[in-house]
Amino acid sequence: MTEENNEKSGAENLSRRKFIRNSSYAVGGLAVGGVLGSVIPWGTEDQDQQQQAAKQVKNYNNALMYFSQAEFQTVQAAAERIFPEDDNGPGAKELGVGFYIDHQMAGSYGFNARDYMVPPFFHGEKEQGYQGRLKRREIFRIGLREMQNYSHQKFKKGFTEIAEDEQDKVLSDFADDKVNLSTISASGFFDMLRSMTLEGVYSDPLYGGNKDMDAWKMRNYPGDQMNYTEIIADDNFQEIEPRSLRDHM
Amino acid sequence: MAKKLPKTDVVIVGVGWGGGIIASELTKQGLNVVGLEKGQERQTEDYYMVHDELRYALRYELMQDLSKDTITFRGNEKMRALPMRQYGSFLFGDGLGGAGVHWNGQTFRFLPYDFEIRSQTIDRYGKNKIPADMTIQDWGITYDELEPYYDKFEKMAGISGEENPLGGKRSDKYPTGPMKHTPSMKMFKKATENLKYHPYTIPSANLSESYTNPDGIARSACQYCAFCERFGCEYGAKADPVVTVIPVAKKTGKFDLRTHSWVRRVLHKGGKATGVLYTDVTTGEEIEQPADMVVLTSYVFNNVKLLLNSKIGRPYDSSTGTGVVGKNYAYQVVKGAASGYFEDKKFNSFAGAGALGMVIDDFNGDNFDHSNLKFIHGGYLALTQTGARPIANNPIPSDSPTWGKEFKQNSLKYINQTLSIGAMGASMPFKQHYLDLDPVYKDTFGDPLIRMTYDFRDQDRELAKFTAKKSKEILQEMGADKIDAMEDLGPYNITTYQSTHNTGGVIMGADPDTSAVNNYLQMWDMENLFVVGASAFPHNGGYNPTDTVGALAYRAAEGIVKFSKDGGMLA
Repeated sequence: MTEENNEKSGAENLSRRKFIRNSSYAVGGLAVGGVLGSVIPWGTEDQDQQQQAAKQVKNYNNALMYFSQAEFQTVQAAAERIFPEDDNGPGAKELGVGFYIDHQMAGSYGFNARDYMVPPFFHGEKEQGYQGRLKRREIFRIGLREMQNYSHQKFKKGFTEIAEDEQDKVLSDFADDKVNLSTISASGFFDMLRSMTLEGVYSDPLYGGNKDMDAWKMRNYPGDQMNYTEIIADDNFQEIEPRSLRDHM
Repeated sequence: MAKKLPKTDVVIVGVGWGGGIIASELTKQGLNVVGLEKGQERQTEDYYMVHDELRYALRYELMQDLSKDTITFRGNEKMRALPMRQYGSFLFGDGLGGAGVHWNGQTFRFLPYDFEIRSQTIDRYGKNKIPADMTIQDWGITYDELEPYYDKFEKMAGISGEENPLGGKRSDKYPTGPMKHTPSMKMFKKATENLKYHPYTIPSANLSESYTNPDGIARSACQYCAFCERFGCEYGAKADPVVTVIPVAKKTGKFDLRTHSWVRRVLHKGGKATGVLYTDVTTGEEIEQPADMVVLTSYVFNNVKLLLNSKIGRPYDSSTGTGVVGKNYAYQVVKGAASGYFEDKKFNSFAGAGALGMVIDDFNGDNFDHSNLKFIHGGYLALTQTGARPIANNPIPSDSPTWGKEFKQNSLKYINQTLSIGAMGASMPFKQHYLDLDPVYKDTFGDPLIRMTYDFRDQDRELAKFTAKKSKEILQEMGADKIDAMEDLGPYNITTYQSTHNTGGVIMGADPDTSAVNNYLQMWDMENLFVVGASAFPHNGGYNPTDTVGALAYRAAEGIVKFSKDGGMLA
């Protein structure tokens, strides 16, 4: 691969081109400016255009329904470590995963509205699944506080203030149950954080994540298409401009 | 005091495939049918926003609300059974059409071997091949006897397919031709032919072409949009009860369909069913619906639950192996599978259909010699292209991290460069596997939940290891650069999705001592009560169950019509 032999900036340019290429079908080949300018983290040459773009994409959905500001920052930072920004394109933070998780916590999923939450509660085998009385939103709040505590205990700083590799250490200690928690399962919380991060990355943008379908573009996922009859038997890989449910209204 | 309604000829409980088929066949014959469905009305128009993976696949939009009813589970009798509080291993359909709405549409016939599994196994391998506590039995019907009903279901649904070279004899070809072949399906076909196996296209309820069925119902062709399993079809191209049998029943003017009607008891007197008691879930009102005949057509667990809560039939007792209601719960062994990663090939994995794929039956049923194997039966091996939706499908090699930079890199790379071979392993019943009423946990109306006692056995572990090995060999032949295959089945775990192919509990047979219903699905202990569904399977075969459920429902319908004229036991 030529990318590996290049200087870092060269590799960045190349992958930037790759991401712009993947993004470009959203605006019919126009690679920069307009709505797109604001979603490419590497910026554009024209500042006026950029400001205009920022105005156009002001998203009134980007506010909090459940988390405190501090909890939100922690969720966002943790999700970013699970699905980080890299040469392929944006990470969880840029894609809006923090808002996605916040909004889910505020709704029926956060309240376990469609789960069987009837007592008595007993500790079971892991093959029997979750048997706690806490709701997801409560688990998340406790989990985030414990992540902060563990970060302070281990690195003398809050989770959002420590270095990336230190954040990874906190997360992997949770994932591997190396943290002793009395109220919730550390790995159970991590698994929930991981799965909700992927949900926020890849669900339809209507839920607040997958901003501008950028996650779909990274993996060449076409989103909501009415049919694939013409290409289903085709031998070639197809790059198809993605569509969201908003486009279907 | 419950409100008592005027008597009807037949009342059916649950309006999915079973209920829809019974309703359409009976009303065509002039019988008045009341259909009670605890969920809501559904129609094709509901699916305008259906391409929403989060809402439908991960938040279970079409599934039963577990806060109102679920089951409890334990691996063995020494454990405390605990509620399945969240979805995992299998999903309960909800609303009109039931699980028939959210299925993939893979429509296989069971093998002749399945229906005579006990006698054929003994004939070929001797009695000792069957472990002492494995409770397999013949079904009280042969494949040849059931064949006309398979044909009927397939023509009603418009199944698209080509003949299974190793399957039972067919009286007619499939009503529509096979689905299109994708590049990965062609690779599977070539590889399995090289290995001297017998590949064929998966029989599909996603129509390959537009089709008008014998009832005059016209449907259009599948668009390969990749949203079948857990979704409803916005085209009506996937056969489901709402777009096939239910409109036929409605058109007769003899089908009184009542949604939001949760049946809690079958009423009976002097050994005969007299009707059902249900609750209107919108008002809480209790209503009695008298009927000459009662047909239970709800999901496996609810069929058993209704019988036990209504004190009908002889409950199964695992300590003695006697009794029949709740007996022979079985499942499906699907984890014996493998994934192959390709460095230089890219597939349009985002496109697909629920029943799009190629399959072989060389290791299914008794199509291969089991003399030196530590299991009986087997399963099909298939490559499917059902549409890799992005939240749930992030395949990475087993040595890859599951989060972080390298995870992202690998998942983006392999998303369109991974193919999997899956097994639909058969599941044998055991004396210790059964359904009964939970002593502690209740549903929203205070009725006991069903308690499941089930775990994988050596039979399942050996079978899964075998199918994983064969899957791996096929992927090797297909040229995969790296392959991950299941190594150890482990215990049954209710938290990870495997299959909604739950079976047994009200099993059919020729002997009233060892079965609950005869081969018309008529209760031995109550002749005007029929129990339709996969609850009738004495074991589960190496296939998806819907074709067999549909065939048995058509046969039951014939029996009910006969019973309405002549009465008496039908078999």
